[in-house]
Amino acid sequence: MTPFDAPEPDAPLPVPEPMFDADTAPFWRGAGEGKLLLTRCDECGAYVWIPRPYCPFDLSPTRWVEASGRGVVYSHTTVHRGERAYATRPPFVLAYVELDEGPRVLTNVVGCDPADVAIGMPVAVVFDAVEGSAGVAVPRFAPG
Amino acid sequence: MTGLRGAAYVVGVYEHPGRELPDRSVAQIHAEVARGALADAGLTPADVDGYFCAGDAPGGPVAMSDYLGLSTRHCDSTDYGGSAYVALVSHAAQAIMAGKCSVALITMGGRPRSGRRRLPAQDNPALPFEETYGHSNPASYALAARRHMYEYGTTSEQLAEVKVAASTHAQHNPNALLRKVVTVEDVIGSRLIADPLHLMDCCVVTDGGGAAIVVSPDVARRLDRRGAKLLGAGEATKHMGRGPIDLTYTGAVWSGPRAFAEAGVQPGDIDYASIYDSFTITVVQTLEDLGFCEKGHGGRFVLDGRLQAPHGGLPVNTDGGSLCNNHPGNRGGMTRLIEAVRQLRAEAHPAVQVPDARLALVHGTGGWLGTRMGSATLILGQEDS
Repeated sequence: MTPFDAPEPDAPLPVPEPMFDADTAPFWRGAGEGKLLLTRCDECGAYVWIPRPYCPFDLSPTRWVEASGRGVVYSHTTVHRGERAYATRPPFVLAYVELDEGPRVLTNVVGCDPADVAIGMPVAVVFDAVEGSAGVAVPRFAPG
Repeated sequence: MTGLRGAAYVVGVYEHPGRELPDRSVAQIHAEVARGALADAGLTPADVDGYFCAGDAPGGPVAMSDYLGLSTRHCDSTDYGGSAYVALVSHAAQAIMAGKCSVALITMGGRPRSGRRRLPAQDNPALPFEETYGHSNPASYALAARRHMYEYGTTSEQLAEVKVAASTHAQHNPNALLRKVVTVEDVIGSRLIADPLHLMDCCVVTDGGGAAIVVSPDVARRLDRRGAKLLGAGEATKHMGRGPIDLTYTGAVWSGPRAFAEAGVQPGDIDYASIYDSFTITVVQTLEDLGFCEKGHGGRFVLDGRLQAPHGGLPVNTDGGSLCNNHPGNRGGMTRLIEAVRQLRAEAHPAVQVPDARLALVHGTGGWLGTRMGSATLILGQEDS
């Protein structure tokens, strides 16, 4: 089998361990506890994506808050030639999901046929544990 | 004096003829293109007093100055990804205007086709939020293409026209990696890489490189070779937008107007355009953002051979571009610059030379349409413009 042949359609996506640092560890550890966390500015109230300790609108400190975990698909692609951890697992769906809080986050849409994914489709967060990682998970989104 | 109009001239360019160079080091490629560009300008290494490079230069500007034996009084290694070399022309002109150098050498080179070596991992805080999900170059541009299709009705057939134009030009370029003329049906029929982008919507992967020499007006006057006059330049970064990224436009919405304003010209005045074509969607979005057509009309704009030289309304990438000719080091800005200089010197292949090409635009896009990018625009004119 070459890397470009489709595997079983319901085969799970790889869950590579994110190479995070102190700034963003709470995001991945929060996911390990089943929570989708965002940073939010103390000063202006903006939800900040990608998470960071200072707000990109005013460079004021941010704090971690739990998001609803709900959103809609903003854009999507079915990737037929994956790279790195995904090299042997195409096709899979890479998407931007617009969260109810506002940010558009890069993610995978799982739990449905890639052909059924559409812009505007409502989705909800799911969590895939990173094997052997002691409490780290990767948030993804499924129809819902 | 403010603004760069007339501040510098591009008097030497060289595109490495190689497309697969397994037996050369990247540093060697930089040396070969430096020799070529200096010879084209009629200058020697001893004349160089400013050196400009980006992230592909092994060891950075100090190591490369050592390797090339340069005695410089000004260096700049601003790395906007593939658009860097377009911006570096502007940076060289700024340094020349400030009296910091008078002969600037810009080099680039890489060998991803034979080497597959990734550049050293950057400590980019966003990467875990992208690579974890399988983000890749084609997937990033596919996300932008999908949203552009959704908002504006752009079609795969329209995107394919960009590749068709590139292949029509590349048939005349003996060094081009892909010289076969293709049809819209060929593009649509090629396999999907990241839906809606097909294999033929994607640029080639090649080894090679290029170099340019940018000099002061005084130096340009002493040289026998005609150069291209810098008339205007603009640059910008576009990113995640503090959270709600918008995939329907590029940084060209800012870099373009800055360059046009400095040059004092309009999009309709441009005779030839080098538009970085990492993917077909890159060209469609960039043409809109530079003001060649209304936002959202890029897909219609590229129809009916408009991009095809010599008689299309706006000939684009007459060497075959990154889609067919060359995308050395996965960084296409330098080769876009080089073809624009060829056009202004009337030294493009006769089959694709734009008659009386007096004004050219060069646009570079570095990074990803789907996340963050550097954008750089130049307006160049004939030497006497």
